[in-house]
Amino acid sequence: MAGTAAPRARTRRSGLDPARADEYRGWLRQMVLIRRFEEKAGEAYSLGKIGGFCHLYIGQEAVAVGSLAVLRSDDYITCSYREHGHALARGIPARAVMAELFGKAPGCSGGKGGSMHLIDASLGFLGGHGIVGAHIPLTTGMAFAAKYRNTDQVAVCYFGEAAVNNGAFHEALNMAALWKLPAIYICENNRYGMGTALERASAIYDISERACSYDMANEVVDGQDVLVMHAAMERAVERARKQKHPTLLEVRTYRFMGHSMSDPIHGHYRTREEVEDQRKRDPIAVWSQRLIEDGLTDQPAVKALDKEIVEEVEDAYRFAEEAPDPEPGELYTHVYANP
Amino acid sequence: MAIVTYRDALNQALREEMQRDPDVFLMGEEVGVYQGAYKVSRGLLEEFGPMRVVDTPITELGFAGVGVGAAMVGLRPVVEFMTWNFALLAIDQLVNSAAKIRYMSGGQVGVPAVFRGPGGAALQLGAQHSQAFESYYAHIPGLKVVMPATPADAKGLLKSAIRDDDPVVFIEGEMLYNLKGDVPDGDHVIPLGVADVKRPGRDVTIVCHSKTVSVALKAAEQLAEEEVDAEVLDLRTIRPMDTQAVLSAVGRTHRCVVAEEGWPFAGVGAQVVDVIQREVFDELDAPVLRVTGADVPMPYNKHLEKAAKVDPARVVAAVHAVLYRD
Ligand SMILES: Cc1ncc(C[n+]2csc(CCOP(=O)(O)OP(=O)(O)O)c2C)c(N)n1
Ligand SMILES: [Mg+2]
Repeated sequence: MAGTAAPRARTRRSGLDPARADEYRGWLRQMVLIRRFEEKAGEAYSLGKIGGFCHLYIGQEAVAVGSLAVLRSDDYITCSYREHGHALARGIPARAVMAELFGKAPGCSGGKGGSMHLIDASLGFLGGHGIVGAHIPLTTGMAFAAKYRNTDQVAVCYFGEAAVNNGAFHEALNMAALWKLPAIYICENNRYGMGTALERASAIYDISERACSYDMANEVVDGQDVLVMHAAMERAVERARKQKHPTLLEVRTYRFMGHSMSDPIHGHYRTREEVEDQRKRDPIAVWSQRLIEDGLTDQPAVKALDKEIVEEVEDAYRFAEEAPDPEPGELYTHVYANP
Repeated sequence: MAIVTYRDALNQALREEMQRDPDVFLMGEEVGVYQGAYKVSRGLLEEFGPMRVVDTPITELGFAGVGVGAAMVGLRPVVEFMTWNFALLAIDQLVNSAAKIRYMSGGQVGVPAVFRGPGGAALQLGAQHSQAFESYYAHIPGLKVVMPATPADAKGLLKSAIRDDDPVVFIEGEMLYNLKGDVPDGDHVIPLGVADVKRPGRDVTIVCHSKTVSVALKAAEQLAEEEVDAEVLDLRTIRPMDTQAVLSAVGRTHRCVVAEEGWPFAGVGAQVVDVIQREVFDELDAPVLRVTGADVPMPYNKHLEKAAKVDPARVVAAVHAVLYRD
């Protein structure tokens, strides 16, 4: 059935390049960091230390890690509210991300953004947006700015599969194709928008086909395999940077947790069996297995890495807990540049 | 000084700002080849080319978002809405993106964009094409709202709006484009947030903006014939509002009427009345009265439409009431 996450047949089985071992191990490190970070965030949420909505990225780690690894430091990135993983993969320190989830002053948005609005302008990480689909035109605008200034930057937008039914998606992709902008639209098809399966919301099930309406390059990507994700992103970035053509990547992935912290793992809209079946293709297990098979790491090293990361996340947690709240006067700052 | 129309004053401001700063560009429906639905952008495509005068598809939500995104990374877009009626499709981008990104990012990312186009009551265009939306945007912290009433103000305020680092909602008077007036030569810039006394007077202050400024001036002429000396105070910027100017006017005249084209409920005038009663209650010799558009969708029929709009007679009647004259 179309819309099913992770078409297994697409996983490529060529040998890994030993010269890239450090890079490969770096991806594993980032994915484990996101996983452990999200687990800790879930725990902190349950303890009431994180408020509001909190959408975890567990299960989708390979998408952010494999794609962001291809970008340059001056490229632009926007995300939906499910963006903790992208923020970490882009290099916002775990302390600054956790502190933002806690609403604390040293958070990457000064504690005024929260889980859904992680921003670090110095990294080109421009949010963290809470209105489904609304950041897609923003990204088109950033790609427009790159073209306007004649730079070779690219602008990358991450959004869920439910956003493609929204007018902003259509308007933004049409303009990007019309004006030949260096934009990459990454649809993380995790099969559900909250409790609504793709098939209950979209008239067509292959989201990549939407690109045909705009004569836009497109690909279906196995989002549980970080190497496949990385390779597809390399093609898209090359197309954007060199040929100034946008791309729509439909990345098939799966969210292992509920939509947000208030949603149970499977709920009424999917079965426990389905979730368990999908968990068999855990992107971290897939990748560490692969590295071990190819002799680029081993079980003890993976264990040691995990231990090191757990400590890094604990440190971020302690930092966030001890960090000060924003000063009361911060309530009225940053509304205007010139009030 | 030269006599120019409101339309051409706006055109001058756009041209001069685009000449001054290569980061300024204009985008919207029909702004280029067609020269603007209201011809405000006449000649700009020829002078600046298609990268800086960008014709868009009919996608208000989409191109408003493109403008916000471009502004987030440092360009200075001027986004034209053919009219503010159609900008309702884009209001999410103004309210949830443009107005909030500076705050949500803890001050890291701003949106130096101008959203402009005609608004207010038009002539027999019916309910969907004849309405005033300034109170919608003025409600939003993070947005500035500017509404010039004269050619000189149109030019000077648009230049300031383009240079401002915050998102500015710039609502032009649809019925004002042909209005002629003196516009100072040279780099004529008027700061945002400063009201202007369009006619001094001792007996009553009429607070107004955009189209109602000319309505108030006509009313003041009629009142002069009966020896009532009315002051006309043009807000020019709705947000930030020049409350000091309002309060000192009331301190001088002790009576006030607020005129606006919009609907009465939660309108701009409600905000003016609030600040007056809070700050200078003891100065008032009469309750402040409001003259607004009728609280109905705009009718098409000529006579009904006239009855729905603010006109000098209704302003005169309100002034009579605050003066306790019959
Ligand atoms: C315009 C809008 N409508 C509704 C919502 C509420 N909402 C938040 S997330 C969501 C589902 C989105 O699903 P998808 O785009 O697939 O992303 P995912 O959560 O799966 O990452 C909905 C309906 C919203 N935030 N914005
Ligand atoms: Mg989804």
